[in-house]
Amino acid sequence: MSEQELLNELEHVILMGHINEEDEGLDGTMQGTPGTEELVKKALEEGIDPEKLLKTFGKAMEKVGEKFESGEFFLPDMMASGECVGNAMEIVEPKLAAGTSYEKGKFLIATVQGDLHDIGKNIVATMIKGAGYHVKDLGIDVPADNILEAIKEYEPNFVGLSALLTTTMTEMEQVVKRIREEGYSDIKIFIGGVPTSQEFADKIGADHHCKDAMEALNKLEKVRDAS
Amino acid sequence: MDFREGVVVNPYLRLNDEEINRIHKASMEILEDPGVLVFHEEAAKYFEEAGAEVTKVPEEGDKAWSVKIPETLLEKALKTAPKKVVLGARDPKNKLVLDGNKPRAYFGSGSETNYILEISMDTYVKKDDPETTAVFPTFKRKRGTLKDLCESARLGENFENLDFFIRNVNIQDPEITNENKDVNKFFACLDNMTKHVLAGITDVRQLDNVIKMAEIIAGGKEAVKENPVVSFISCVTKSPLQLTEESTTNLLEVNKRGFPIVISSSPQGGSTAPIDEIGIVSQINAEILSAVVLSQIANPGSPVIYGSVPVRARMDNLHDMYGAPEFSQYNMSCIQMARFYGLPCYSSAGVSDAKTPGIQASVEKMLSHLCVSQGGPHLLHYSFGLLEETQTFCPEQAVLDNAHIGMIKRVYREPNVTDESIEDNLKIIRKVMKSPYRIYAKYARKQLHKGDLYLEYSFESDREDMDETMAKAKEEKERILSLPVKRLPEDVRNKILEEIPGILEKLH
Repeated sequence: MSEQELLNELEHVILMGHINEEDEGLDGTMQGTPGTEELVKKALEEGIDPEKLLKTFGKAMEKVGEKFESGEFFLPDMMASGECVGNAMEIVEPKLAAGTSYEKGKFLIATVQGDLHDIGKNIVATMIKGAGYHVKDLGIDVPADNILEAIKEYEPNFVGLSALLTTTMTEMEQVVKRIREEGYSDIKIFIGGVPTSQEFADKIGADHHCKDAMEALNKLEKVRDAS
Repeated sequence: MDFREGVVVNPYLRLNDEEINRIHKASMEILEDPGVLVFHEEAAKYFEEAGAEVTKVPEEGDKAWSVKIPETLLEKALKTAPKKVVLGARDPKNKLVLDGNKPRAYFGSGSETNYILEISMDTYVKKDDPETTAVFPTFKRKRGTLKDLCESARLGENFENLDFFIRNVNIQDPEITNENKDVNKFFACLDNMTKHVLAGITDVRQLDNVIKMAEIIAGGKEAVKENPVVSFISCVTKSPLQLTEESTTNLLEVNKRGFPIVISSSPQGGSTAPIDEIGIVSQINAEILSAVVLSQIANPGSPVIYGSVPVRARMDNLHDMYGAPEFSQYNMSCIQMARFYGLPCYSSAGVSDAKTPGIQASVEKMLSHLCVSQGGPHLLHYSFGLLEETQTFCPEQAVLDNAHIGMIKRVYREPNVTDESIEDNLKIIRKVMKSPYRIYAKYARKQLHKGDLYLEYSFESDREDMDETMAKAKEEKERILSLPVKRLPEDVRNKILEEIPGILEKLH
């Protein structure tokens, strides 16, 4: 297989959301054939420039996005392709030259203290990771102190906060307040969760409200492009 | 599969065996006392010769006989009445197989509405905030015409969940007369769709012209026996317990020609039948069986379909009431009675008493669609677009009904519980539990891309501040009507127009 053929095949398996050999892929027929993880390892072994792999990931995800827009793909497809790229990045990252990793930026995400709900947060994290951002997920029920500490250490460009309960929305407000008080005025804060709204985001000083994972990804890409 | 799949139902049994037997016995008692009133001389003779007790009833006029039918005649009739009836279609893939012992449900249109409901989507401006506008439907009733019937057939052809077509519009063009109505209504349906077409006969003298039309389409006298592209409906009984002259003639004439016919009866609980379920079901059962017996005495082996259309009376005006839960109860019990005799069953569901589409219409339609289809009838008529107690057909409502019936058919899909499916799912559960986020989404892809999953309500609004269901239904209607029409092949069409008299120029 030539270098180009391997990159084409890699693009194809990402498009098909074929994560690894164990995975069935988009239509349930791909189990047992090399998936993204196997092909990325093979590419590195064969000495293909990691930068070319990053470009391939980008091209594949662009096509995935187009197929989602046209209605051919659904969120599970986007997530599977996102998982392909997320896993592939973990393999490629150590091989990248310093300063080139995750050029899109760093995203810190957490469900705020008092709230144990994480389905939406996890979907958002998968999608963002798949789009090429470095994601640090602090999990659920995370106290404001821990979030602040992680910001100091990780230096994210973006912070995403999730809450499902009206009672934990107030905690979200506290976290945003603390982030701003600590002087992190450049960090763009995204919030989400069923009871939240853009009005609420405006009120507590968050930058963006996202009603679902796709909106989160779209808004994030726009903000990044603008900056 | 060389016929339409419909939906095979694991029937909900409203009546237990003992209750079925008790209703059967009650019907047998009704057939002997008071018996049925027959307003048809030839039929009275048939009954008498077969051994029924027949006496003239002078106070009902010259042509009225009281007929008391013993159970032995029913037993004999059930031996000759076919348990399986095949209804043909222009496209043989649209054939329907009605097996009295297998509850395969087909959804079809009906009835013969006088009115068509037209919808226009109008934009309104909010009085106290002229910047705010909204679009709402407004409705206008008009008399049905041939054009409406043709358009309905075209919609029906393209509704994936419509399995058969009963002429649903009463054609009231000025040129339509009793003499030419049958050929025009059948031609309008058959020239616009490839599915099975059923209708009543307005003038029995036109029966042979309609049958000739069917023969030309099917490819001859023998071919039409294998593929009867049309069948007939005759509401033989006028409730309570009277066999009328005209519809009895229609039954006997159709039977003589060997075409399938629905023997229907439509008593109204609370006015022309007892309001109690046990009472109306016992009566309608006796009514239908009396006509089944007649058909089998006169023409043994005639394909007949048990047509039960019991309705409830409204208590404020004694009109039909289709939205009442009792309507569904009556119909479900009748389906069990038909199955008890092993006869294919024609039942009814999906009519709303509401005058326009909306919440009432959706609730009433879904209630009876879901309940009655669970009984496992073969032909479920009235299912598309009917409003205002069957007075009105609304094409946009029919578009909605098609989508809603699709949801119902999906409910009836059999569960897939096999060693393989259990093993597959256990594997997935174990994999997901080991994964960081424990989300099953990627394992939904196989079903998703096989087209196995319900995705969303077809007419879901995009706007947060306004319901767009009707606007979207209207768009879908217009899309379907813009599709090419599945006309009869040109040679067949020309032959019909040449040989069958009375088809109006506007259909040529």
